[in-house]
Amino acid sequence: MAELRVRVNGADHLLDIPPQVSLLDALREHLGLTGTKKGCDQGACGACTVLADGERINACLALAVQYADREITTIEGIDHPIQEAFVRHDGFQCGYCTSGQICSAIGMLAEHKDGMPSAVTGEPSAEGEELTDEEIRERMSGNLCRCGAYHGIVEAIGEVAR
Amino acid sequence: MRAFSYVSAPDVATAVRAVSETPNAKFLGGGTNLVDLMRENIEHPDVLVDVSRLPLNGVEELPDGGLRIGATVRNSALAAHPLVRTRYPVVSQAVLNGASAQLRNMATVGGNLLQRTRCLYFYDTASPCNKREPGSGCAALGGFTRDAGILGVSERCVATHPSDLCVALVALGAVVEVESTRGTRRIPLTDLHRLPADTPQRETVLERDELITAVELPPVPAAANSRYRKVRDRASYAFALVSVAAALRLDGDTITEARLALGGIAPKPWRANEAEHVLTGARATEETFDRAAAAELDRAQAVGDNAFKIELTRRTIVATLRELTHEGSRP
Repeated sequence: MAELRVRVNGADHLLDIPPQVSLLDALREHLGLTGTKKGCDQGACGACTVLADGERINACLALAVQYADREITTIEGIDHPIQEAFVRHDGFQCGYCTSGQICSAIGMLAEHKDGMPSAVTGEPSAEGEELTDEEIRERMSGNLCRCGAYHGIVEAIGEVAR
Repeated sequence: MRAFSYVSAPDVATAVRAVSETPNAKFLGGGTNLVDLMRENIEHPDVLVDVSRLPLNGVEELPDGGLRIGATVRNSALAAHPLVRTRYPVVSQAVLNGASAQLRNMATVGGNLLQRTRCLYFYDTASPCNKREPGSGCAALGGFTRDAGILGVSERCVATHPSDLCVALVALGAVVEVESTRGTRRIPLTDLHRLPADTPQRETVLERDELITAVELPPVPAAANSRYRKVRDRASYAFALVSVAAALRLDGDTITEARLALGGIAPKPWRANEAEHVLTGARATEETFDRAAAAELDRAQAVGDNAFKIELTRRTIVATLRELTHEGSRP
């Protein structure tokens, strides 16, 4: 077993873990960063969403070893206006999906700013358009909320986006 | 998940040699399908050779006006690429209609092509599955078949290929470049995936040690007027019940070039050759579209409770072609 260097929230860590350990388990079980949640553990719910070099990914399907040279950001490393907006707009009930929602929203806002289209975006000329509720719903579809706080989530993200 | 060893390959030659020389080694791309299958104990390689960071992540214009897409280009990068969006909008739309943004950021183009053809029972290790365990039987027959295919399936397997990207690529006549220790070969995407027949466990014509390095799109004039339409059980982040990738080139109301492929209804991305034959040279009318859909679906057969898919496919083909006719005839 080789030592693995991972960079999380600006700090380097050396981990002695076998290659089958997911990035999610490395964060939770080996680094004690339990803010990132395990929901389905199969890439379907988005609760484990973290940022790798600013891009949102599902940490449950990422082998830690594949992300050794990437800058990982988890909810513990985030201080962003979206967090207060979630509180203001009741963007959660039980809170289990929230850290994933927050990381995903931050990644999504960056993608939109970079001109990344979505399935509901029109022709390329339509770029630079406002992030409508329809766009937010489509772009956040990889994050499920079983409490159904979607209205608040969309409002919170919309407020920060606009 | 069973223990395995991991190797990160610095270049293509090292990667293909590593898999070629190691029994039960597999290439690892973005991991979005393979890691999941390993966790469910459906795939159990002894060695993973990571090819996700090979320098194959470019999208380049070819001299003939086509595009060469590197195998490690992430799905999200492909969808956002300006040349893809303007010349082949159907490709961008297909990618954006698949999976979630998180998965598209992880998944590679090569991996998208090689994700497993699957159904619910393939994932359920308590059920027999001829794909998982050849000869064990098919639990889908007589079971839940809403996601089963209506074309190209066999008595051994009725699972569908889940890729959206492949449907668009196969409509456009994409060619896959493959590397192994024996050299390079080029395979039309339409020939990459096999129909299940008696060996559903073999999903592609690739050998175990062959690595997809690129996908090339030929210049397709009709592709500028193209569209991907996906029908599913919820508005986003779900597999297709039926999907249609279509491109039409019109001269007045005459169809001079037609490309059509179907997803969610067959064990491979389904190029609709019969429909294209009816469309090409015909007038772009509702009657033509109906005839084209009927020609393609002539051999369609329901499996259990998925008969609705035959009518749904017909309607989705017609609706997509209608949409392209109105857009294509704009000045």
